[in-house]
Amino acid sequence: MPFVSKPRTFNASINETVLGVGDKAVTLGGMNTLPLYFFDAPAKNPPIVGIEITDVDGDFAAFPELAAFYEGAATIAERAKKAAAAEGAKFLCLRFEGADPAGLDRSAAECAAIAKEVAEAIDIPLVISGSKNVEKDAEIFAACAEATSGKNVLFLSAREENYKTVGAATALAYGQKVGAESSVDINLAKQLNVVMTQLGIAPANIVMNLGSAAAGYGFEYVASTMDRVKAAALEQNDNMLQMPVMTPISSETWSVKESIMAEQDMPEWGSQEERAVAMETVTASAVLASGSDAVILRHPKSVKTIAAMIAALL
Amino acid sequence: MALKGLDIFKLTPKTNCKDCGSPTCMAFSMKVAQGALSIDKCPHMSPEALATLAAATEPPMKTISIGEHKLGGETVMFRHEKTYVNKNIFAIDLCAGMDDAAVDAKLAEVDKVDYERIGERMRVECVYVSVDAEHGADRGVAVVKKAAATGRDVILRCCDAAVAGEILKAAASDVKVLAGANGDNWEAMNALATEHKLVLGVCCKDLSAAHDTIEKLEAAGNKNLIINICADTIKDAFSFAVQIRRAALKDSDRAFGYPTIVNLSRLAPEDYTMQVALASLFTVRYGSVVVMGRMTYAEALPLFGLRQNIFTDPQKPMKVEPGIYPLNGADENAVLAVTVDFALTYFVVTGEIERSGVPTNLLITDAGGYSVLTAWAAGKFSANTIAKFIEENDIASKIKSRTLILPGKVAVLKGELEAKLPDWKIVVGPNEAIQLVRFLKDFK
Ligand code: B12
Ligand code: SF4
Repeated sequence: MPFVSKPRTFNASINETVLGVGDKAVTLGGMNTLPLYFFDAPAKNPPIVGIEITDVDGDFAAFPELAAFYEGAATIAERAKKAAAAEGAKFLCLRFEGADPAGLDRSAAECAAIAKEVAEAIDIPLVISGSKNVEKDAEIFAACAEATSGKNVLFLSAREENYKTVGAATALAYGQKVGAESSVDINLAKQLNVVMTQLGIAPANIVMNLGSAAAGYGFEYVASTMDRVKAAALEQNDNMLQMPVMTPISSETWSVKESIMAEQDMPEWGSQEERAVAMETVTASAVLASGSDAVILRHPKSVKTIAAMIAALL
Repeated sequence: MALKGLDIFKLTPKTNCKDCGSPTCMAFSMKVAQGALSIDKCPHMSPEALATLAAATEPPMKTISIGEHKLGGETVMFRHEKTYVNKNIFAIDLCAGMDDAAVDAKLAEVDKVDYERIGERMRVECVYVSVDAEHGADRGVAVVKKAAATGRDVILRCCDAAVAGEILKAAASDVKVLAGANGDNWEAMNALATEHKLVLGVCCKDLSAAHDTIEKLEAAGNKNLIINICADTIKDAFSFAVQIRRAALKDSDRAFGYPTIVNLSRLAPEDYTMQVALASLFTVRYGSVVVMGRMTYAEALPLFGLRQNIFTDPQKPMKVEPGIYPLNGADENAVLAVTVDFALTYFVVTGEIERSGVPTNLLITDAGGYSVLTAWAAGKFSANTIAKFIEENDIASKIKSRTLILPGKVAVLKGELEAKLPDWKIVVGPNEAIQLVRFLKDFK
């Protein structure tokens, strides 16, 4: 019997969500096939890659390529400009690591000023992520949403504990986009989408962050959760799980041993920078295969590679 | 694939003779479908009907052995549906066109990566040797011998049956897979693979041509096959891997019920970052042998970690036994550090404590097999559970030291633990296990 390809598309599709404004605005989601199965149907909006900078100056001593990439950038606006020009980067993620009350404890007003500066320095869409402290994030997101009003910024993320304040201060007050962050569990993801839409946030303004882990660190739960979310969205047409998925990768992968062990402490492992790049590249690729519509990476080489891989699959 | 009762009924003589002990052929068929009776209880089934049944009850994807490794045998598209059965293996590629120095250097490099992670040995399992007619059989034999000398399974890719035959004459015992059968040479290649008892790799440049060749090989009696995806583009390679697996598992297409080989070195020559990205993609989606241009620690650490995760059985939590684990020759006076019984956490933390060289007793509490924060969020790693564990297991009489080091991620437990364990000095350790090395050394 001859083999006949049977393309598999679904009657349901992932929501389309627009980030940013102007020529460089991007649309996430829209597909009605399983992740990256562009041979089943042409990609409406292929997944995209974002590049991350933080409000805290990084220590690039162990990362010569990264240091060279940002060389000469004295201010955060200059770093943002360089990042935004990275090959393959379709959006920029500004992460307020410095807002952590247990760290620098940067004030909401300061964060808002930085967000404004960065938003004005770049023409690609902006994503703002927080310190992982739920109370503090609610404060800084509110201030940043106001400061970047009109830019169609995505805030990562609202969680079970703070979705009311975050949702109200970003999506409802300023028409910005909001991420719904849950911890690697399909039921929690759905529940959060339900309550956020009940709050009055349009589904098209919600992006999901289903949680993440570095490759080798409990990643099987991430992969299976994403597989199940896609199955529910496409096969069962569950519209409370049809929001596109954005996954922060670098914030997980750059803190595992493979990325932080200095070369002099483990000479046989070789270049620390290569290890950090490989760890974020492997994790990003696996997350995209499992169903993420966008990933956030730190190293320009990983950004370029993952963007090229997506392009090669089209 | 399970057959429905009705399908089986159609194959019975429909005479209701009751020799099988069932009142009717239909009743008998229903019981067979449920697995309650075996088909041979009916003495009147025709040989044709039995053959049809045997084919229909074959597993959808065959399990193929390459050396000690089993590939294929999968029954589901996604691990949450049940489990994946056989992990993919990694290979490094060699070409007979390389000179000896280059071959030796590459093999020496791949030998450097060999370590253990949660009880599993992590190393490249295979060498994929490509020989074209112009390289000649002698050169092929030399490279195959070098590859086999590393103790890895060798896949020989050679589409010229005459050259392949000569290589195998001299080195068959060094080879596990002969890859290179196609629509033109399949008969000769089949004869070679059968003679030398090797797995035969079928080239797949085009899905329907490969399907055709496999059907011919199966008709000739060979079902010890692997599909070598030789697509020219990344898009096609991925598309083939998915479509082959999907046809086998979802559409019961037996011809595609075989594991696959994907050669990334060919799809992204010299671009090792792209290769590592693709290796990850094919680990998650349906590559069985993933061939790469190199495998340094930078590539191995995330890839082997990913593979280990993806191929764990979701029905079996990875747990270690709770208890006191003395490390670095710790005696009862050594400090006590506490953590959870999740195998990954245990592995990471013991690795770092061992690296510090500081004698330490590690207390593994019963935390349901969860990571530190997961267990904490689930209430399985709290001041209560830790204090209770220490009491119930009478740790205080087994350990003289009264210092207890907490994982940094659950620093919040300090106050409550101090209240519950007044005799103990509770110290908050670092967030990441890797920082334990410094921490323990300074702590002394
Ligand atoms: C995989 C995962 C799960 C899996 C479980 C996997 C498992 N066996 O534990 C599943 C899906 C089941 C799960 C469930 C839940 N999870 Co969960 N999960 C994760 C995830 C993605 C990875 C965890 C992991 O494997 N880490 C790797 C191991 C090695 O880390 P670790 O144990 O902490 O060990 C490190 C350090 O702590 C340190 N260390 C360990 N021991 C020691 C000891 C000493 C002395 C020292 C100094 C250091 C040290 O060394 C290690 C390496 O550095 C994390 C997010 C993330 N990226 O971390 C969320 C996460 C832990 N989960 C979370 C939550 C909330 C939950 C749930 C409550 C949600 C729910 N579904 O209801 C449940 C709880 C379970 C339940 N209700 O039954 C939250 C916890 C939030 C918080 N800060 O409290 C997290 C952080 C996600 C998030 N960002 O929200 N989870
Ligand atoms: S023995 Fe065979 S033919 Fe007779 S009743 Fe049973 S199934 Fe039917």
